[in-house]
Amino acid sequence: MPPSASPSPPPSPILPDRRILSVSDLSVRFTTSERTVEAVRHLSFHVEAGETLAIVGESGSGKSVTSLALMRLVAHGGGTIASGRMLFRRRSGAILDLADASNAEMRALRGAELAMIFQEPMTSLNPVFTAGEQIAESIRVHQGKGHGAARAEALRMLDLVRIPEARNVLTRFPHQLSGGMRQRVMIAMALACRPQLLIADEPTTALDVTIQAQILELIRSLQDEMKMGVVFITHDMGVVAEVADRVLVMFRGDKVEEGAAPALFAAPRHAYTQALLAAVPRLGAMAGSDLPRKFDLLRPEATETPAVAATQDAAQDHAAQDTRRPGPPILRVRDLVTRFDIRGGLLNRVRRRVHAVERISFDLASGETLALVGESGCGKSTTGRSLLRLVESQSGLIEFAGENIRDLPPNKLQALRKNIQFIFQDPYASLDPRLTVGFSIMEPLLVHGTPRREAEARVAWLLERVGLTPAQGLRYPHEFSGGQRQRIAIARALALNPKVIVADEAVSALDVSIQAQIVNLMLDLQRELGLSYLFISHDMAVVERVSHRVAVMFLGQIVEIGPRRAIFENPQHPYTRKLMAAVPVADPERRHAKPRGLLTGEIPSPVRALGDEPEVAPLVEVGPGHWTARHTVGGLAA
Amino acid sequence: MLTFFLKRLLGLLPTLAIVAVLVFLFVHMLPGDPARLAAGQDADQQTVELVRAELGLDRPLPVQFGRYVLNLGQGDLGTSIRTRRPVAAEIGERFLPTLLLTLTSMAWAVAFGLVIGIVSAVYRNEWPDRLGMTLAVSGISFPAFALGMLLMQIFSVGLGWLPTVGAGSWKHYILPSLTLGAAVAAVMARFTRASFVEVLGEDFVRTARAKGLTERVVIAKHALRNALIPVVTMMGLQFGFLLGGSIVVEAVFNWPGLGRLLVDSVNQRDYPVIQALVLLFSLEFILINLVVDVLYGLINPTIRYK
Repeated sequence: MPPSASPSPPPSPILPDRRILSVSDLSVRFTTSERTVEAVRHLSFHVEAGETLAIVGESGSGKSVTSLALMRLVAHGGGTIASGRMLFRRRSGAILDLADASNAEMRALRGAELAMIFQEPMTSLNPVFTAGEQIAESIRVHQGKGHGAARAEALRMLDLVRIPEARNVLTRFPHQLSGGMRQRVMIAMALACRPQLLIADEPTTALDVTIQAQILELIRSLQDEMKMGVVFITHDMGVVAEVADRVLVMFRGDKVEEGAAPALFAAPRHAYTQALLAAVPRLGAMAGSDLPRKFDLLRPEATETPAVAATQDAAQDHAAQDTRRPGPPILRVRDLVTRFDIRGGLLNRVRRRVHAVERISFDLASGETLALVGESGCGKSTTGRSLLRLVESQSGLIEFAGENIRDLPPNKLQALRKNIQFIFQDPYASLDPRLTVGFSIMEPLLVHGTPRREAEARVAWLLERVGLTPAQGLRYPHEFSGGQRQRIAIARALALNPKVIVADEAVSALDVSIQAQIVNLMLDLQRELGLSYLFISHDMAVVERVSHRVAVMFLGQIVEIGPRRAIFENPQHPYTRKLMAAVPVADPERRHAKPRGLLTGEIPSPVRALGDEPEVAPLVEVGPGHWTARHTVGGLAA
Repeated sequence: MLTFFLKRLLGLLPTLAIVAVLVFLFVHMLPGDPARLAAGQDADQQTVELVRAELGLDRPLPVQFGRYVLNLGQGDLGTSIRTRRPVAAEIGERFLPTLLLTLTSMAWAVAFGLVIGIVSAVYRNEWPDRLGMTLAVSGISFPAFALGMLLMQIFSVGLGWLPTVGAGSWKHYILPSLTLGAAVAAVMARFTRASFVEVLGEDFVRTARAKGLTERVVIAKHALRNALIPVVTMMGLQFGFLLGGSIVVEAVFNWPGLGRLLVDSVNQRDYPVIQALVLLFSLEFILINLVVDVLYGLINPTIRYK
């Protein structure tokens, strides 16, 4: 492909020396039979060699569309580049406008000089080819190497991204790799031909926080080695602060602010940036106080339902709130064990077991929020499910208001379930798309025998309580945004007047400003209705905001439990400290100094052979109400 | 993998046993008297009783069942009431033409169905898609007997290129297999299209494009294998149905296949033949399903055998 193949009339455009990419006046449109949506409007930005530009925004801001437009892949999603120039400096030094390069030219660039990593390492790798083949393919296509040479190069790339046992990973299929390893394979694939520009679209959003820290560090060190420009697309201000040299903030298709990262974080000029930064939960923001506190939401016009947010904000102060009531705990869990069998072989015998929950104990007081934190596979969700016997536990005691849930006959269990309700992570998947939301909220009432008229009145009250209008109850789930759906899910959970709500990653899938609103709503409801929350989350910063007490789970065990302030300000267990260290801090000034020693390492697996019981010992009290494990858990000992 | 295979083969035995029992009971509940039919319209009661005794149908049902199971255990399927020949021989000579016809029909139907389905998915909502799906809907809705007679009219009677009826040479296979395969090809095309459209929207297809692969490689290498799972499922089912023989096509082309054997034996209440045929069909379905499951694993390594 001769580089001079770009259109002749405007003689080779000029870019400043170190500039790799210069985008001007980029607009992208999506046209359907009903309407035309302008997803990106007149966007201009540039990237220098060795520089990281972060594009930040919430869902619908056009940040991912921008990245696909750069790759010229946006057409496959139904979009067209309506205007703009995207000047790109090729390795040869020639300058090409990506907006009107031919398809063949684009193919030669993609994967070679212009590479991309995607958000979901689970679905972005082809499940039917080995990791080695997927990396080698790119090398064969762009460097014309034979099978053997491409494979050897793929192995070198896997070593470069610090995958343990790289040689074995070559022949493994994606499903045999962990999330972090898959993202490393994606990076190896993207960097296989040493691109000039790497576009990373939310590359760490689907990963656990310790793995996220590793991947961020890896991208940074490879960038230093290869001197490439990076466009880093994310919604997470913490990640931005960790990686970005410059930041571009987008809102509904427009650029609202651009600037050097430290300046932008220190003094955001645009109202939307200010609102975004205010909504970001920051680890350490609650230092020095014992109780949960609502987010200070600025500029409600930038948020989802302005009227609601405004009235709520006006009505209440943002003082710390103590909702705990003295008396015996409403929920007591003692030595709870939940394991799952893995069967196999000719006779379907139990081969191995997943030790999801291993002898955990905790109390939940009335009006209290206890957070269960930990990374994937630590057993936090299984704990929540075990409480309602949605999964069967093997031993232990779950006592609600003096009754052991594990001994209850089915009819009594049904009655008890009224008192403990769930809110799940995905507000899209947890509402039936073919029922009106009003009916979805009413259904539990009807199941438990409330007369229809009374139930309807309660639904109207609930909808108002969570910041919607009663008329919206007649609509279907797809007519609501993610945040509104989570409000509906909360209304449904509240329908039966429960005492305890198990919120399983209830705010994890939401944009930060919406997340802050939902957290505030949950805190309001707690104050008014005296609810107890079991708040299951992987997000340390949100946990710090909402909880009275925190339990850190690792490999099915609680390794540390105590008052939130004690855990966050004086963590005792090495795993808790590791978890905290990995959380990105939304402040470029406090960016983690170079190596955190986190480059490799996997989350250990809770699957064990039969008879290989993990060591479990009682926790040791290290402060008032603050307990920690002193025995070895997964190789970590205090 | 081997464990899985053995396990499934073992699991086959109880299924077949249940089918054997059910089909025995079912057949004996059918209205109509095989002895009367075998003896003929004009035979008197005495002759009918004689025939009944000869066929062993005068004994109590449990005794008949015991004998049936015992013979089955020794691999003896019994003797046809209608032709007085061993059932195994009767089925044996009909099985091969049906199998060959099924194989040729499936071969072209799968090839056409896949191509039409893929092209339709790639050019979704454009003219190749509309054309392909129109063909597919016609294939499903056009009755087989009409298609068969139409083809015969054109190619055998009109042009004189191909023979009309019978199963003698390879030329005899062309028209019946086209007739039989048309509906299968149509179903395959629709399945392939649906499955392909879904796969083309997957993230890994975007990854493949971002690598700079040509569209041809993206479709033929990255999308095809992932789209094949539901297609293979459908293929197995269709194969099973065709192996049962098609009454309509066999009637139109005077084909000596299993479909007509089944109809004849039901008309004559030829108990041993009906029982043997139903057992054969069950066995075929089970084996095809087993093969399909093994194919899943070859196509997609994420599928694990337990």
